[in-house]
Amino acid sequence: MRIALFITCYNDTLFPETGIAVVRVLERLGHEVEFPAGQTCCGQMHYNTGYQDEALPLLPRFVQQFRSAEAVVVPSSSCVAMMREHYPAMARRLEQAGGHDGLSGDVESLLGRIYEFSELLTRRLGLSDVGAYFPHRVAYHPSCHGLRSLGLGDGPLSLLRSVRGIELADLRDAEECCGFGGTFAIKNAAVSSAMLSEKSRAVLDTGAEICTATDNSCLMQINGALHRERTGVRTMHLAEILACTQAYKNAEGPGGGFP
Amino acid sequence: MSTGTALDPRTAPPFPIAAARSLEDSQLRKNVRHATDVIQGKRARVVSEMPDWEALRISGEAIRRHTMKHLDEYLRQFEENCARAGGVVHWARDGAEARALVIRLVEEAVENEGPHNSLREVLKIKSMTTEEIQLNQALESAGIRPYETDLAELIIQLGHDQPSHIVVPALHKNRQQIRELFRKEMDLPELGESPEELAEAARRFLRTRFLRVPIAISGANFLIAETGGVCIVESEGNGRMCLTLPRTLITLAGIDKVLPRFRDLEVLLQTLPRSATGERMNPYNSMWTGVQRADGPKQFHVVLLDNGRTDVLADIEARQTLHCIRCGACQNVCPVYRETGGHAYGSVYAGPIGAILTPQLQRLQHARSLPYASSLCGACYEVCPVKINIPEVLIHLRNKVVRRDTAGLRVLGNPEALAMKAASTIFRSERRFRAAQRLGRLAQRPLERKDAKGEPWVSSLPGFFGGWTATRDLRAMPKQTFREWWENRSRNNRDAKYSAEAPR
Repeated sequence: MRIALFITCYNDTLFPETGIAVVRVLERLGHEVEFPAGQTCCGQMHYNTGYQDEALPLLPRFVQQFRSAEAVVVPSSSCVAMMREHYPAMARRLEQAGGHDGLSGDVESLLGRIYEFSELLTRRLGLSDVGAYFPHRVAYHPSCHGLRSLGLGDGPLSLLRSVRGIELADLRDAEECCGFGGTFAIKNAAVSSAMLSEKSRAVLDTGAEICTATDNSCLMQINGALHRERTGVRTMHLAEILACTQAYKNAEGPGGGFP
Repeated sequence: MSTGTALDPRTAPPFPIAAARSLEDSQLRKNVRHATDVIQGKRARVVSEMPDWEALRISGEAIRRHTMKHLDEYLRQFEENCARAGGVVHWARDGAEARALVIRLVEEAVENEGPHNSLREVLKIKSMTTEEIQLNQALESAGIRPYETDLAELIIQLGHDQPSHIVVPALHKNRQQIRELFRKEMDLPELGESPEELAEAARRFLRTRFLRVPIAISGANFLIAETGGVCIVESEGNGRMCLTLPRTLITLAGIDKVLPRFRDLEVLLQTLPRSATGERMNPYNSMWTGVQRADGPKQFHVVLLDNGRTDVLADIEARQTLHCIRCGACQNVCPVYRETGGHAYGSVYAGPIGAILTPQLQRLQHARSLPYASSLCGACYEVCPVKINIPEVLIHLRNKVVRRDTAGLRVLGNPEALAMKAASTIFRSERRFRAAQRLGRLAQRPLERKDAKGEPWVSSLPGFFGGWTATRDLRAMPKQTFREWWENRSRNNRDAKYSAEAPR
């Protein structure tokens, strides 16, 4: 299958290793990955902070970039949630404003082809074993948007359970938010930090070396505390774990090697 | 944190400031965490045993949506049917009108009691609506003494404290703190701390008042349009005492409390107790219609309060706020509330429902930080028994706040808005986005520090972003973006292919 990658703006800039891992996993499975070069941002930060007018122009741009894709993969559950929950209404608004005839139809057709990374593997491709090898103790944090908006359920865990050598740890109060919440982490920094301290304590209590999730925004938050406290525990996006095999243990790109 | 003065969104500090204060109170945080854990656990058990829970939520939402769509009609029906049964219905546009009305009704009732009982006292059933309009302070200013009879509200009143939860107002207090309060206020120096001893002390303290005071003020859980009846559910029976012993009963209810039909209770009396206290059924379910010659109060007044609710009704996207049946499940599950407790919200309506209701009742003149007091994790929506999409309403209100704060020239004095507008311009062009990424890498350079592994990290950011690095490190932007890696790889692949194909 030809799969178009929407890397998302913050992964592109801050977590390129996640995109590299997505490419490696999908190519290993025999798929062809393409990267529409004009892509930028889904508009989540603007929309969720209350700047809906500023988010609107990003929608036609996104549609234009991905209109012809057979499938779109997005390694960020919150960006996919943004699209599913708000793009239809945004498209209607743009149509009403004029100059965007047919956008609602395009959005509807495109949304059916957009998958969060684990969703693409488990639901579209029907896989749980992607041939990964990762001999480490791992705690999985179900990101709120993946859990509640996308209903990823057991999907990411089924992928992790099939990884050879992995030791999965149970994370206490796993479904409680890590406290990131986009601009919430800065606007309400103190509360965000209090929420984070509960999460990082739970991660440390598992004895895991790695905390993983389907969303680097949660992981940026969790890793922020794990690194500040010099815990020696770090975070990795699910795709990075699935990219590891017996033969391949180090990232070739930026962002450092896998453990 | 105990605040002597009423929770008033007009004067409360912004949420981040009040919350930071609450976070310093380790006793408060322990109490809130413990209480919300216990209630959440009980709720989860009694919800999981219901095979039709989702269907009940959907029905509950449908009932509330329908009610709000025809609210004018159902309110008129309620008024007519309540009056027919002997009740008197009053309408109050705002808190001031409601306070004046209630005070006048109490004074008339005192007069009716005649010279043998001229004490200016009233009993009160727990009612967040009376807290919303700060009725107790108004009564006291008018020389009328209100006695809270709900155990939690009694604790709040005796401690000159404020409610921190809509169902469990004294949730932020533990048993030892309550014993200390009772010892002092009830003059019981030997009082123990077992629940039985504390309940017995409250019972004795309240009994004399129940027997003496002939006037009561209540809220309402539901008003039934079809019958003109009122419904109150509670756990202690103190409410039942207030509803049956006094000769005059005054009920204050928001106009959102109405239900079309008696049979609608079938759904909501299943979902409310399970969501609120984790009980299958409330121990006391009181329903009454007007006045009865043989029993109960002889004078019954209902004050229907608007106080900003019709404005909420008029906003189609936020209207679902009024579907709320005040179960408090969203508070117990909210990771923000669970850290801060209720007082930080500066309103009797705390937690997720408070974050959407309070600013709307204030017409966004005040409490404008509350829509941002959420990480949008969605846990509130998941437990809501009438399926209020609180995250959606939060985002809608944020948009309204932004529009107000960036109107006209105001945007120039608003650095956040300017940054957001700039970011939007950047994201509209690949070229500008790439330039911004390059600029970001340059700008971070003076802030980078290498960690022990030799990786560059940022541990201190200036200004607005300093909130992040106060507790969290940030990995520095890598030297190469994903798109640069992709382009390099594509180029290398092309070159490799070209050199493989090229004739030697």
